[in-house]
Amino acid sequence: MDVLWETDTSLTVREVSARLTQRNLAHTTVMTVLDRLAKKGFARRERDGRAWRYRPAATRETYVTELMLTALEQTGDRTAALTRFAQSVSGPEADALRDALEVIEGSGERDDGT
Amino acid sequence: MTGLEDAALLAVVAIGSALGASALAQASWPRRSPAAAILLWQSLGLASGLAAVGTLLGLALPDSTIGLVRSVLHIGTVVRTGGLFRVRDGFGAVGAMPMIVVGMRLACLAAGLVLLASLCWVMIAASAAALAARRRQRALLTLLAHGDPKVPGALVVDYPTAAAYCLPGLRSQIVVSVGTLELLGRGELAAVLAHERAHLRERHDLVLLPFTALQRAFPKSVTCTDAYRAVALLVEMLADDRALRARPARELVSALVRFGTAAPCPAPAGALAAGQGDVAARVARLLQPVRPLPIATIVAICLVAALLVAVPITVLFV
Repeated sequence: MDVLWETDTSLTVREVSARLTQRNLAHTTVMTVLDRLAKKGFARRERDGRAWRYRPAATRETYVTELMLTALEQTGDRTAALTRFAQSVSGPEADALRDALEVIEGSGERDDGT
Repeated sequence: MTGLEDAALLAVVAIGSALGASALAQASWPRRSPAAAILLWQSLGLASGLAAVGTLLGLALPDSTIGLVRSVLHIGTVVRTGGLFRVRDGFGAVGAMPMIVVGMRLACLAAGLVLLASLCWVMIAASAAALAARRRQRALLTLLAHGDPKVPGALVVDYPTAAAYCLPGLRSQIVVSVGTLELLGRGELAAVLAHERAHLRERHDLVLLPFTALQRAFPKSVTCTDAYRAVALLVEMLADDRALRARPARELVSALVRFGTAAPCPAPAGALAAGQGDVAARVARLLQPVRPLPIATIVAICLVAALLVAVPITVLFV
């Protein structure tokens, strides 16, 4: 997918293989993976003669946003039932928290903190 | 006990559970022993559901002298053999019954069965939705996430805002954003990981799921919303306690505060305005540790929880 995201045009299996220089992957492996990505909807493909040309279905940022917003339930849909560490607060509550932080940091300077 | 007496007893249990839920939501002792409070919430939820179904079934079969569930099965036989207008209750007396009474009893029976089916359906649907959502999350993580030596065992996503969560299940994952790595120091990151690992190890997602399901099914219900919020906060406090076994409190508090005062994500549309006071409550609790409840009190709470559930189960099945 990284290869697909990095180019603006669509690529054939051979072109994708050529760009995967760090990993010695067999041509058939690349073909299988691209096929699976297309079936899962992450890549789109169109026929070009006898070969397929692949392009990403959406930008990397779109997927990152989808991932994080769903995880943090920002979409208002809490189906995943994930628990997140903490949420951001604002206003007087945030000020109170900052005060607490100063107290901790004050006492933490004496030992080797982070 | 006759069906009518069963209905009366279960109505008391149902109403009592609802009142108990309101009281528990406003109590301050839960943060001293979050595990005991969660157990009580679970029993309140289960007891009120069973009691509501049982009350309706009891009203439908007021003369039954055996367990309500067995009476319901008998009614099925009776209807099939054409005895509708001489409803045989329990077993014995056959007599003509005024249509309106038969109608009301059938309505109660239908309502009870529909309620039971709806509650089961809500749980199943929520579980299926959660599984599907997690599958999607895992697929996206495979594409987008990478490791980082700063957070061993966790995945990192290129998202600028501070965020950390865990993905429960058989192939569980802890996910941390790049923003988090920049915001927190080494000790604080370790505290966050310890907290998330506690969630995964103790399957807090399963604890929370019934409450999430009920809140989604009845979004206008104040009780369901309060229950969900209370249990969600208690689960976080429980994970905080577990994290304290691995890391000093100072690191966890520091991580919480930095998270809380970091740039906020855009407000979600139509979502629960999740407890704004939650982070402050957790920080306060960590800074001034509260004494856990005495053992005797915890035992008493467990007994109450067991009793609350035992009563409807006995009435329904014995």
